[in-house]
Amino acid sequence: MTALLSLQSVSKRFRGLVAVDSVSFDVPEGAIFAVIGPNGAGKTTLFNLIAGAMAPDYGSIAFAGARIERMTADAVCRRGLARTFQLVRPFPGLSVEDNVVVGALLRERDVAAAREHALNLLRQLDLFEKRRQVASTLTLPDRKRLEVARALATGPRLLLLDEVMAGLRPTETDRMVETLKTLNRERGLTILLIEHVMRAVMALASRVLVLDHGTAIAQGAPEAVVRDPAVVQSYLGQSYLEAGAL
Amino acid sequence: MIARFFGGPSPRALLLLGALGAMLLVAPFVANDYLLTVLILILYFAYTGQAWNIMMGFAGQLSLGHAIYVGLGAYVAALLFTRYGIAPWIGLLAAIPVTVACGAVIGFLAFRFGVAGVYFAILTIAFAEFARIGFDHLDIVNASAGLFLPVAQYAHNDLWRLRGNPAMFYYVILAATVLAFILSRILMTSRIGYFWLAIREDEIAARAAGIDTFRYKMAAVMISAAVTAFAGVFYAFFYNNLFPEQVFNISRSIEIILGPVIGGVGTLFGPILGAFILTGLAETLNSAMLHFGFDLPGAKQVFYGICLLLVVLALPNGVWPWLARRLGVREGSR
Repeated sequence: MTALLSLQSVSKRFRGLVAVDSVSFDVPEGAIFAVIGPNGAGKTTLFNLIAGAMAPDYGSIAFAGARIERMTADAVCRRGLARTFQLVRPFPGLSVEDNVVVGALLRERDVAAAREHALNLLRQLDLFEKRRQVASTLTLPDRKRLEVARALATGPRLLLLDEVMAGLRPTETDRMVETLKTLNRERGLTILLIEHVMRAVMALASRVLVLDHGTAIAQGAPEAVVRDPAVVQSYLGQSYLEAGAL
Repeated sequence: MIARFFGGPSPRALLLLGALGAMLLVAPFVANDYLLTVLILILYFAYTGQAWNIMMGFAGQLSLGHAIYVGLGAYVAALLFTRYGIAPWIGLLAAIPVTVACGAVIGFLAFRFGVAGVYFAILTIAFAEFARIGFDHLDIVNASAGLFLPVAQYAHNDLWRLRGNPAMFYYVILAATVLAFILSRILMTSRIGYFWLAIREDEIAARAAGIDTFRYKMAAVMISAAVTAFAGVFYAFFYNNLFPEQVFNISRSIEIILGPVIGGVGTLFGPILGAFILTGLAETLNSAMLHFGFDLPGAKQVFYGICLLLVVLALPNGVWPWLARRLGVREGSR
């Protein structure tokens, strides 16, 4: 498999703090790739670097064969890399439907066709019944789903998900896992996710990267990574293994 | 076709709209000159309010200096007419590029260098003030002495040269207001309109959705400036005199935004409704005070201010969204 996304020695420093320290990894086309790690490990900064919200100080980011580390967020999205935000930001005053229509209009110039596309996505993400609701009135899990729907509407090749499972009930988590798996299987959508919910990570990811203090401390298949002593030490804790969560 | 255009309002709303349209069409036959002048003023503010609404209501970019586009449009057309006898409609074709270029400069400076929100609004004021002071010292436009259009008794209305009686001006501004409404409606329901709303709601999220926010904000400013240019041409030929101190004055800019604010920012009917409420209220107060011989300087302004305050307090989203619900019209939800 060829790498759809490839990071080489990517670093980002905020004054004295090295948020991301020379991180390198490849996300193969068609993979579901998870980034885990404790709070403050630099996961969201890493996402912001990939999505063009900020530029790295060092290193290169290649997506689908092109260097994107100096591109703006909108240009990155137009190349086929869509994201969600950890602190969700739907367009609050617009209806659920119009939120997704905005995303769909990126690839579809005709509003009616974009609406058609948006409604299909809303059905897929269980938001169809709430399509006329104003986005600011949605519950947090619904807003997270709406972010995923809007990101999907832009027609990405790679979807960046920043903690979309956080705050979801276990059944809702399973439902989201199913949706993402389906998208991955049926459309060949590559997914890169930041996640704390290990239940979702283990169910989804084919490959896991562990960040701690901005450094990649482990990388590999999920079953191997969660047994890595360094990962247990810094993030999962001994009780995770003992509880037999695997 | 018409029903689809208005997004399927109730028959009652359509009936109301039809009645209003008919009343506006026959107004010059029943109204006296005073009332007709008031109606022209109302429509003028309905027009400029819609132009401003494209920028602020749709794209969320607050301009407090829209007088600059009125003034530039007015001066370009008036200058071409007085110096070279060029008709105002041709003058408009020259005025539009000038106002668009001015909007492009303001937009470029602001959006390229991250001037946003209140600071953007201050930048628009600064430009309008700069124009006011600049024109005050610009000999080619007669500086502070003002520019005057020749006023003569015309045997008949000359629509091409915009010389004639109030009824002609009334129909011109009525047609312009209707055209501005249609343009607003087309923009709002098209791709660019959705992108503007997204930028208005959350610019960072809009960029994450792939929207080139710089480009679409520039488009909003330039389209709004182009639409406003005609208001300037109309102003020049209706009042026949132009003084930088008046036309570029910040109070002109404020007058433009009051209508949409009262009527409902970001709605289609809001700017029109707001203009009727505001100018109607002001003129009613005027006549009432004259009628009762109540001659207290400033009393009108105070009362006017109180009325506005009440409207804003009671209906913070404007009058139109409230009225739309009453009429069973869907527009105004965005």
